[in-house]
Amino acid sequence: MEQLEYEFDGAGSLRQSGPAVLVGVVSSGNLEVLVESAELGGRGRIVVNTSVRGFGEIWQAVLTDFAGRHNLANLLISINDAGATPAVVSLRLDQAAEEFYRGEP
Amino acid sequence: MALHSCDTLAQNRQARLGRARTITGGKLLRPEQVTELLEAIIEPGDRVCLEGNNQKQADFLARCLSRVNPENVHDLHLVQSVVALSEHIELFERGIARRLDFSFSGPQGGRMAKLVGSGTIQIGAIHTYLELFSRYFIDLTPRVSLIAAQAADAAGNLYTGPNTEDTPVIAEATAFKNGIVIAQVNKIMDEVPRVDIPADWVDFVVESPKPHYIEPLFTRDPAQISEIQVLMAMMVIKGIYAEYGVQRLNHGIGFDSAAIELLLPTYAESLGLKGKICSYWALNPHPTMIPAIESGFVKSIHSFGSELGMEAYIARRPDIFFTGADGSMRSNRALCQAAGHYACDLFIGSTLQIDLAGNSSTATIDRITGFGGAANMGADARGRRHVSPTWLKAGQEAQGRNSSMPRGRKLVVQLVETFREHMQPAFVEELDAWQLMEKTGMDIPPVMIYGDDVSHIVTEEGIANLLLCRNEEEREQAIRGVAGYTPVGIARSRSAVENLRDRGIIKRPEDLGIDKRLATRDLLAARSIKELVRWSGGMYDPPRRFRNW
Repeated sequence: MEQLEYEFDGAGSLRQSGPAVLVGVVSSGNLEVLVESAELGGRGRIVVNTSVRGFGEIWQAVLTDFAGRHNLANLLISINDAGATPAVVSLRLDQAAEEFYRGEP
Repeated sequence: MALHSCDTLAQNRQARLGRARTITGGKLLRPEQVTELLEAIIEPGDRVCLEGNNQKQADFLARCLSRVNPENVHDLHLVQSVVALSEHIELFERGIARRLDFSFSGPQGGRMAKLVGSGTIQIGAIHTYLELFSRYFIDLTPRVSLIAAQAADAAGNLYTGPNTEDTPVIAEATAFKNGIVIAQVNKIMDEVPRVDIPADWVDFVVESPKPHYIEPLFTRDPAQISEIQVLMAMMVIKGIYAEYGVQRLNHGIGFDSAAIELLLPTYAESLGLKGKICSYWALNPHPTMIPAIESGFVKSIHSFGSELGMEAYIARRPDIFFTGADGSMRSNRALCQAAGHYACDLFIGSTLQIDLAGNSSTATIDRITGFGGAANMGADARGRRHVSPTWLKAGQEAQGRNSSMPRGRKLVVQLVETFREHMQPAFVEELDAWQLMEKTGMDIPPVMIYGDDVSHIVTEEGIANLLLCRNEEEREQAIRGVAGYTPVGIARSRSAVENLRDRGIIKRPEDLGIDKRLATRDLLAARSIKELVRWSGGMYDPPRRFRNW
């Protein structure tokens, strides 16, 4: 297991807290993403627990691009990864964020 | 008066048949006579076609040939499309065969690479299918062909059943150049259901102890289709099929294209595309096409071969498939390859590696796998003259404004996830094919689809339209721009990629208006083999290995 933690700037305005959203499952090649509101002073935090060590750089790249697509202000995102490819990680994160905001970007 | 003898082949044929008469007086052989007959008929150095298709295999005849005495039968030159059986390789290991011209070697690719490396197998060339079949009529005509059929009558008329595949082209090339044709059949009948190969093309027939092997090569279990594949299929349907109005096409094998097939009755239908895309196909009868056929998407399918379990369903859908007077399908690999090359506007398929020029290859350093059908399907047909809106639009994009001669071109789409299993990147700076070339002494690297034939690359990150790229640098950045988090993708120029995106050369799912929340397995028209059976009204009878009930 490896735990990685990343923080990103949010895009200004603080979001209203909504109900937490959970998508995906922790099975081989897949991952679980939990999105919830948190008081983070306008920043976003992503905590990754992954079964595969040594891919910190790729996580950084994937999550930076994700933060570029969505406003992560005051969001805590927890990831439990069982060896998902970057493609699956990106899709699951986008699905979770879109679900959290219900289409509101 | 002729200066040279002009019937040596006919004389040689008579000599061979004369030697055979010491073993059998007629056409019908008993299984235990076959090895002896092969020793009598085949001469050292002969060109031999041992029918190996990508599905049907003349496996009994292959076993008999592998048992001949190498002192009598040796240095054969095998000319056949597929090298799939262990016996095929044993022929080389035992010194019975020396030289090989072929197209595809899927399951034996690893052993093949070793034996080529040690000089035990000498490869003439790895061909595309049409190229090899063409050479049967020019400079690689078989002297002896060992073929497989479903049934024969006592006169030697052959019924191939739905898996006709390569048999007609092999039998014609051999029989009409005074060669010898020997067929293994599953059974001898008083009357065959239909005549696929006439008796006077066939010299000997043996009822094989076991029915010939057929590989269900084109069956993909929908249960294994991933959400990424659903997302990529959505992009293909909306960003390419709808965009170009693709009506005539071929799909390669794989879960990526199976996902597209299963999205036709759901996603494509919801976009109002029924009747506007995917009506006419050059395609094996993929079980994953059943929902699209039953939903009225498909007008016609011509096939290279058949598919195990689909026989009864096909027979009940003669409007869609090409069927004989007996009701069963007739396939033909040579004709379907020609159809796919000249009469289809699009090919889409997967690959293992793509380089920065868009060249793609399925070769790896220790496996010689050959090409399969993608190489002919995935090449622009330079001999084409008829026009379709799809072909013209692609041609206009490729030519830009600076050409005075209007000309269309084929859409050739490579559909890959940026990482394969075990985090192997699909995008590379240099194809493994170059190393394989060095190691095995080939003249050129085995490239399945050349970059200049590729029109689009689709990954989970988006679509790169290579037709619109105006120079090699743009092309390279377009490829990097969909290469995701592979080293090739990470090394992109972000500004160049954003520029390509502004110009519509790269399109992301959000640029296409695709809601990623819909990219789930719920969008598949069938999510399991059992649901395919249900769609077929119980007529699809899947092979046992695909059943979990």
